[in-house]
Amino acid sequence: MRDTISFTLNGKPVEVRNPDPTLTLLNWLRRECVLTGTKEGCAEGDCGACTIVVGDSSRAPHWYAINACIAFLPMLDGKAIITVEGLARNGALHPVQKALVEHHGSQCGFCTPGFVMSLYAHYRNNGALDDATLNDTLAGNLCRCTGYAPIIRAAKAMRDYPTIEETLLAPRQERKMLALCMTDPLTNTIKRYFAPQNLDEMATLYLQYPDAIILAGGTDIGLWVTKKNAVLETLIDIGQLNGFKEIIQRQDGLHISAGASYHEVHEALFDLHPALGEIVRRLGSTQIRNTGTIGGNIANGSPIGDMPPPLIALGSELLLRKGDATRRLALEDFFIEYGKQDRQKGEFIEAVIVPKPDPAARFALYKISKRFDQDISALCGAFYARLDNNQITNIRIAFGGMAAIPARAKAAEAALLGKDWNEANIRAAMKALGDDFTPMSDMRASADYRQQAAQNLLLKFYLGQDAPYLAKEVQHG
Amino acid sequence: MGNLQDIPHESARKHVTGEAVYIDDMPCLPDLLHLQPGLSTRAHARLKYMNLDAVRSAPGVVCVLTAKDIPGRNDVSPTGTGDDPVFAEGKVVYAGQVIFTVAASSLAAARHAATLAKIEYKDLPAITTITQARAANADLEPEQTMSMGAAEAALRTASHLIEGHLKVGGQDHFYLESQAAECVPGEDGDLRIASSTQHPSEVQHLIALLLGRPSHDIQVQVRRMGGGFGGKETQAALIAALTALVTHKTGRPARMVLDRDDDMLMTGKRHDFEIDYKAGFDDTGRLSGISLDLASRCGCSMDLSAAINDRAMFHADNAYFLNNADIRSRRFRTNTVSNTAFRGFGGPQGMIAIERVMDAIALYLGKDPIMVRKANLYNAAGRDITPYGQRVSDNIAPEIIDELATSAQYTTRRKAIGEYNANAGYMRRGIALTPVKFGISFTTTFLNQAGALMHVYADGSVHLNHGGTEMGQGLNTKIAQIVAKEFQIDQSAIKITATDTAKVPNTSATAASSGTDLNGMAAQKAAHTIKMRLARFAAKEAGCAIGAVIFENSHVQAGSKKWAFSELVKAAYVARISLSSTGFYATPDIHYDRASHTGNPFYYYAYGAAISEVEIDILTGESKILRVDILHDVGHSINPAIDLGQIEGGFVQGAGWLTTEELVFDDQGILRTHAPSTYKIPACADRPKTFNVALYERGENIKDTIHKSKAVGEPPLMLAISVFSAITDAVASVGDYKTLPDLHAPATPEAILRAITALQNGAKP
Repeated sequence: MRDTISFTLNGKPVEVRNPDPTLTLLNWLRRECVLTGTKEGCAEGDCGACTIVVGDSSRAPHWYAINACIAFLPMLDGKAIITVEGLARNGALHPVQKALVEHHGSQCGFCTPGFVMSLYAHYRNNGALDDATLNDTLAGNLCRCTGYAPIIRAAKAMRDYPTIEETLLAPRQERKMLALCMTDPLTNTIKRYFAPQNLDEMATLYLQYPDAIILAGGTDIGLWVTKKNAVLETLIDIGQLNGFKEIIQRQDGLHISAGASYHEVHEALFDLHPALGEIVRRLGSTQIRNTGTIGGNIANGSPIGDMPPPLIALGSELLLRKGDATRRLALEDFFIEYGKQDRQKGEFIEAVIVPKPDPAARFALYKISKRFDQDISALCGAFYARLDNNQITNIRIAFGGMAAIPARAKAAEAALLGKDWNEANIRAAMKALGDDFTPMSDMRASADYRQQAAQNLLLKFYLGQDAPYLAKEVQHG
Repeated sequence: MGNLQDIPHESARKHVTGEAVYIDDMPCLPDLLHLQPGLSTRAHARLKYMNLDAVRSAPGVVCVLTAKDIPGRNDVSPTGTGDDPVFAEGKVVYAGQVIFTVAASSLAAARHAATLAKIEYKDLPAITTITQARAANADLEPEQTMSMGAAEAALRTASHLIEGHLKVGGQDHFYLESQAAECVPGEDGDLRIASSTQHPSEVQHLIALLLGRPSHDIQVQVRRMGGGFGGKETQAALIAALTALVTHKTGRPARMVLDRDDDMLMTGKRHDFEIDYKAGFDDTGRLSGISLDLASRCGCSMDLSAAINDRAMFHADNAYFLNNADIRSRRFRTNTVSNTAFRGFGGPQGMIAIERVMDAIALYLGKDPIMVRKANLYNAAGRDITPYGQRVSDNIAPEIIDELATSAQYTTRRKAIGEYNANAGYMRRGIALTPVKFGISFTTTFLNQAGALMHVYADGSVHLNHGGTEMGQGLNTKIAQIVAKEFQIDQSAIKITATDTAKVPNTSATAASSGTDLNGMAAQKAAHTIKMRLARFAAKEAGCAIGAVIFENSHVQAGSKKWAFSELVKAAYVARISLSSTGFYATPDIHYDRASHTGNPFYYYAYGAAISEVEIDILTGESKILRVDILHDVGHSINPAIDLGQIEGGFVQGAGWLTTEELVFDDQGILRTHAPSTYKIPACADRPKTFNVALYERGENIKDTIHKSKAVGEPPLMLAISVFSAITDAVASVGDYKTLPDLHAPATPEAILRAITALQNGAKP
């Protein structure tokens, strides 16, 4: 065990002994290092003003953007950190910076360091410069002044400038489990933080601290600290677990380790079905997808997480582990009620098993939100239907945002199973769908809208398959 | 040399390297205190019980302040109405109102301590919506009326008469840098405040009153803001006042940087409006008369609501001659945050009202809306008088509209869209052209003044201060260009330093798009004064007439003599010539009588037009902007790149207001969308896929403005009304273009689907 984290900051090695486990990277940079180029715009991972770039040789690509405002400092253990201060060399601007200056990409300048860093990661990874790719790269960076147009012009021109020598990345070293412990000066709470290195260590540790909070990316837990002033007693960070990001194709489907980030599952899910790829693309932003994990999205139990509806519709299962014992559970059975899941003390999600969709089946996903990119769903609908001779022989419909948990639309399914695939039957099922859910009204949408849109999504599913020219998705981006 | 061209923002290099300093980036003094406010959680309630003992005794806390700690006046109202207390006293009037403030040695300590307050409320009846306020006659000031001709009679005799109702939502500024200030103590209890404000003089004035001190004890500085958009015109004062009060109490420096959620709960936004109209018109769609009722939710205090709602009335004509008009405006007091200035300042809400009327007339008559708009434009004598009596003498809207409609192939595309929609699919498209005519000047006439202070140092370097503030709009860049042009020297020789109440006093807010018009003129005058002194000196040295002295290419030529600019300056210094000057400018020819709502409030108008094309999904109500073409008039541009940035940025901000940005207050009057996770400003992919923006090349201000340029800050925002009209057009296709959709702003998927459903239900036999 060790109580000192180490990493590089703009190329220089740094060691921090026993830091406050929930000190955010942003506050550490700004307050301790007086590197104030990285800004706080929202402290909830939404605006991107705090974007920095992290290097990790165990990951592909090595360099990626994250939100420093909701990353706890110990999560950076063993990594390389590059901030906006680390790009220029001997007074010469990096091509990304030069392009932004010459294309008038900054006005008030407050969001600019974040844009610089998102584009820097893109530049280093040799990302494509088309509109759609750039929109994706920058979906997590809000600018209120420019309307984005000059920033995109700059991005498209950034490779026209002479390149600059880049920081190299040291290979990742084997490490012992990180264990931090300190007393919170404001509340006298004892705060512990563990980063086990392998699954067995993790399972044992969690049995020892069954009330610990598992930190699986922290894109939600970060906000408990920054927005709710929560004092978290024991955290187990799964970010350093060897093999906990693996994605393996097996007989029964895709086995996705719970610690795989959205970024890491994106391609595999896209290969499974393009609609799955698209829902991951629209989940959060580049920074969030680089950090947040599929296990976190599920274990969190949120009724509006975007992964559960499609995974339920596909009949996915969870592999749960407690100590040495494992069990499999249908994903839909994991969610019991709001804030309550079928997970015992000391038990954690080890993997999600996603069966390959039947190639003969129809499958579609719809996410509705006020803003197309980087928004939380008002509702998310997933539809899976197998037809034989135009008869529906298997149907699974799952929604997020319609109930206190992600859930299947059993009445609508019943109205369709065994029926012919035609509009009259779909319309009857739309009516039945009205009995499936009693959605709530909130700031994202009213109950009436959710109900009506959910029913219309079923029609879209029907039309989208038979008449793609009609109910085609709005062409965004 | 000093050419008016595309020079990058003076801070661009610092922006991209992270070196540009905002308030929270300033070095922390060792004894700096950090502030956290304690906010009301009720819309309207008596403070029954308040115990802050636990807050005071929390670790790191140095002091906890409430209303009784204020030595002077507990108020930061911008116009002296006395209804914007720094701290609630006895009762709270909105959820988010400051009740107390903690000062602690760290921000974490201050935030932790603030959670320990014990406050009990006794709820009082709360008015939180326009409907409730109307029912209760909760007016902040008497209803205002602006009239031209005889509207009632015209409506009675009109060939066609329509009426309708439109709701328009508010908007949060969402400047990326939240409200921030830092106060540092000086000798004799003097205070120096760095504030992220558009109005340093007002901050100075209000803090002086708060502490019962003369203004000369208080110095306010602004280097830059991380965005303002009107949100830091009056709202910055509260934050600055809290830091000043803490420094006054403790003798220690104090910094307050609001958390985003606190910022959105505490500070005012764009007014939401409800609009009722009755319009009479002939077969061509030309208005014979109109009756407009504007109602707005002002929130719990006056703030700038009078002037904002006045500006809504001033712009309820937009670019159209209303013929006979009654424009009435009610300003409602509600138990919600006090709404405030926001880019356009009421103009957008007035303008969207008349654009809605244009769309309604076109649908009623079955005409292309562009024909109805053109039929109503201001025109020659007889059709050139606004409802407030000002003659529109610089009208270029007709030319701009025609040029844009041609270049963007409006007619062809409208036809293609009609055919696309006729297939009766679930995806529909819409297109609309809307013009902008925006009046430039503060309508409170005395605010139209500005000062500058210029020093030329003996080495030829120039130091300039002016009363405007830099919030990203490129004001300092443009003003440096103006000064460089005046002296014909390189822009690098000019440094514009932080706006400072100790250098230029009694300034107006950087607002009303007037920053360059006013301060650019003042700076030019200061430069001109020094230039004339230098010219007189050079003429004397060369023995030539002063008129023969030429400033060119960083040199000065007089007769046979020629100096580098810096050499001449040095020689003038040795000859004991003053190289420092102020400059002052007051806009001529404007006046306004608020009692009768008549006069010439505007020095000139800025014009533009936009064509937006959108697509909607009629099963979900989702929408997407496909293409936007803009032609906008900035007169002779001082910096086309900066002006283009204002147009693109303003448009996208306006599109956000009308589409994705929804302020949701619950039935208790509590804002539920107070962070970017729930309040959605446009993201990168929301900018129009095709976005063609051009400056109107023939543009020239007929008035004597700085280099014949025009103001550009606010007008482009209203070009985005074309998006709302285009969505209206797309929805109207569901009713076969026979009925005006009951669409309200913002056009969220839910609002669009509701309008579609109403049409579908109405269309059933």
